[in-house]
Amino acid sequence: MSTETRKLDRVVIRFAGDSGDGMQLTGDRFTSEAAAFGNDLATQPNFPAEIRAPQGTLPGVSSFQLHFADYDILTPGDRPDVLVAMNPAALKANVVDLPDGGILIVNTDEFSKRNLTKVGYDSNPLEDDSLERFQVHKVAMATLTIGALEETGLGKKDAERAKNMFALGLLSWMYHRPTEGTERFLREKFAKKPDIAEANVLAFRAGFYYGETTEAFAVTYEVAPAKLNVGTYRQITGNTATAYGIVAAAQLAKLPVVLGTYPITPASDILHELSKHKNFDITTVQAEDEIAGIGIALGASYGGAIGVTSTSGPGIALKSETIGLGVMTELPLLVIDVQRGGPSTGLPTKTEQADLLQAMFGRNGESPVPIVAPQSPSDCFDAVVDATRIALKYRTPVLFLSDGAIANGSEPWMIPDVETLPDLTVEFATDPENFQPYSRDPETLARPWAVPGTPGLQHRIGGLEKQDVTGNISYDPENHDKMVRLRQAKIDGIEVPDVVVEDPDGNAKVLVVGWGSSYGPIGAAARRVRKLGLPVAHAHLRHLNPFPKNLGDVLKSYEKVIVPEMNLGQLALLLRAKYLVDAVSYTKVQGLPFKAEELQDVLADVIKGVSA
Amino acid sequence: MTAIDLGIPGLTGVPTTDEKQTARDYKSDQEVRWCPGCGDYIVLNTMQSFLPSLGLKRENIVFVSGIGCSSRFPYYMNTYGMHSIHGRAPAIATGLAVARPDLSVWVVTGDGDALSIGGNHLIHTLRRNVNLKILLFNNRIYGLTKGQYSPTSEEGKITKSTPLGSLDHPFNPVSLALGAEASFVGRALDSDKAGLTSVLRQAAEHRGSALVEIYQNCPIFNDGAFDVLKDADEAQRRIINVVDGEPIRFGREGEYCVVREGFGLAVAKSADVDASDIVVHDASDLNLSFALSRLSTQDLTHTVTGVFRRADRTTYDDGVRAQVNEAKASKAADLSKLLHGKDTWTVVG
Repeated sequence: MSTETRKLDRVVIRFAGDSGDGMQLTGDRFTSEAAAFGNDLATQPNFPAEIRAPQGTLPGVSSFQLHFADYDILTPGDRPDVLVAMNPAALKANVVDLPDGGILIVNTDEFSKRNLTKVGYDSNPLEDDSLERFQVHKVAMATLTIGALEETGLGKKDAERAKNMFALGLLSWMYHRPTEGTERFLREKFAKKPDIAEANVLAFRAGFYYGETTEAFAVTYEVAPAKLNVGTYRQITGNTATAYGIVAAAQLAKLPVVLGTYPITPASDILHELSKHKNFDITTVQAEDEIAGIGIALGASYGGAIGVTSTSGPGIALKSETIGLGVMTELPLLVIDVQRGGPSTGLPTKTEQADLLQAMFGRNGESPVPIVAPQSPSDCFDAVVDATRIALKYRTPVLFLSDGAIANGSEPWMIPDVETLPDLTVEFATDPENFQPYSRDPETLARPWAVPGTPGLQHRIGGLEKQDVTGNISYDPENHDKMVRLRQAKIDGIEVPDVVVEDPDGNAKVLVVGWGSSYGPIGAAARRVRKLGLPVAHAHLRHLNPFPKNLGDVLKSYEKVIVPEMNLGQLALLLRAKYLVDAVSYTKVQGLPFKAEELQDVLADVIKGVSA
Repeated sequence: MTAIDLGIPGLTGVPTTDEKQTARDYKSDQEVRWCPGCGDYIVLNTMQSFLPSLGLKRENIVFVSGIGCSSRFPYYMNTYGMHSIHGRAPAIATGLAVARPDLSVWVVTGDGDALSIGGNHLIHTLRRNVNLKILLFNNRIYGLTKGQYSPTSEEGKITKSTPLGSLDHPFNPVSLALGAEASFVGRALDSDKAGLTSVLRQAAEHRGSALVEIYQNCPIFNDGAFDVLKDADEAQRRIINVVDGEPIRFGREGEYCVVREGFGLAVAKSADVDASDIVVHDASDLNLSFALSRLSTQDLTHTVTGVFRRADRTTYDDGVRAQVNEAKASKAADLSKLLHGKDTWTVVG
């Protein structure tokens, strides 16, 4: 029997299994294969906060969704076209997302009565008709893997562990993926355990050959390489791009970095990554707590380094007081907040963008700080370089609001030519003649960065209110009023680029405004409604404080403004307050990114309402 | 720059000057605003008199403080200084020390600042052995908030917040520091200029975290807390000043001494014991240092002063710098190479 090959423009695959099944690794490898093949792609890992939740249970399900295409895509996809379910829990947790006619590949070996009962299946869904609207492929992955590894002498338990590579091999065959990269990767990963490396390679090949030889799969699929802009690409996650952006910014500023931080999900990978790059004059300090982390960063900034701290969720609350000291002492400080579901401990591994108002206002007193938000995993690089520019040039803490979806999601990144990156060098104060610690640059309103060790510039700073110019302690009412306004004016005057409005039809009456990681779903939804003949304009904000100077005019030039957010309307609140526009808020806080299809419906309804 | 290596481990890397300095050079132009009679004045004067003897460039000295009466200290020193956040000075100073090996960094803190709100940072700084000199002004009361009990106040203390007496059991700061693996711990009285200067000097010379507890009188909210140690006769019976390598004897004629008792130490009359039974202080012996710290009682029946412990241990900041320098020496900082990573693909037109 010959296999038919169908050409597709895009595919969404979701690998789902138990936390211990290696689904993240499997997804990651398939992503690398797609990248190597030249597809555009976007990924969305989804895993529990527990390291190993009880085996085979719904809370223990871990999944990895990958969207790859022959054109530029914006999201990891709303729903999978293909669901790989390694056990009954993974099936139960994910099958609701599989559309009718979708491909379902199931590892039958785990469908024992006990495992079915554990997740509340009264009968085996593989044996009743509950899955009949899908194209179901039942594959005994564990048995086949163990069989393939029989001659290696590996114990059954170890052999069975390689079943995720069997699944990867099968999918690689189905989608005509290159395989050399994965084999090379496995041999490198398990270099110290060559027998395990070989077992994984064998399992991977066994999955591939299984697809080729069995007659169960009548169709394979091809997704051609995407026509991306000319350049050299790599795959990158948001946290890696953030770390690289910090390294780059330090090189561009010719300054060392001191990262003071405390491990917290999902920000820890920034610490892990930066700690590998000490050769770039980067010091990482794992502090005793969140407060010490940012204190160490601020102390380093005071000493003339780029002080950086990274956190998430409740960690940002603990750092508030030190951010305030940074505002008062007017020192550069980069505060990375990888937002997650809140309040309190909230949803550690899920995404949300509900820290905007805290970033904006969450300190005692009038304590303005600039806010920069990346819109996609790769955008973290440019955004963090820009955040560092602001911190250094204006001598201020800057809040960088990434989120869980961006942090762990990945996409191709066109690697920039380092020669084209901006110059971030700053000058320390050195001249004792008329030196005043709180004199200001007339253009930026920044005060001098006078670091200890500079002769003749000895001075004292601190959290008490400063006398204008001299920086001495002052309780004078007029002076306090002046200083509050000066600090605000400095932040308000930060130069940020104008917001760019995407309106290919040129006649949209409705503007959708977003910020942060909703760029992908909003952008994809906008494309869809335009295809339906409904024009819509999309503006996405990287700079949340200060807003771009043209934002007010942009907002007022549309009949309707809609603001989708993964919070209860925080940006909408700011826009309404500042610009007196009747912005409509569309909100969802499920710990998951928006789906393009739901935003499509929301936008379509608003546009039709305006036209009618 | 005349950067002479003085051979003082604690100050290696900090540039020195040949210019003669006096205490006046270390006074800032700010008016000192502590209450009349506050022990902080004496400590400030002692510090300003002591620093010139180190011969360091003033611009390479930094005082970092938290919040509280004593934490105003940096404003009065003509050096660099930061008056930071309640309890957080050790963390901020750690960042500074890690970033800058050419600075002599001092932390000024109090019993509330260091032991209550900032307890976590204090113990972890001592554990890491960051090259910081931490001066803990202990007046056994909250002064700036106007008289509540502190973590070093005695049980039963009547204060504004404890009208029926405090229920909190106090810390012994020296025991706490030793328990936190501090490599240097000393204690001195604010009024004892010579003793305080001696401990400050040894702290400055030590490479690593040095905790110096300073008994300091608050004339407003806890006046006379240490008076029994300031009365000449009482002091003879109560203060046990220890010197590394010397037998521990005290009293006007050395009539008292310290001997071993069980797992700890006890005070005895020198006349009653064999001279060979008198404990010889060994600042490198942690168990002895700890036992000495337990001889000090909250009611000041006995108080040990001097340097309890001084031990060589790699400092955190030196270690961090060594790792960075090694990485820089072994691998070029090639940004383009880093950004490319291992797996790239190229799209051609």
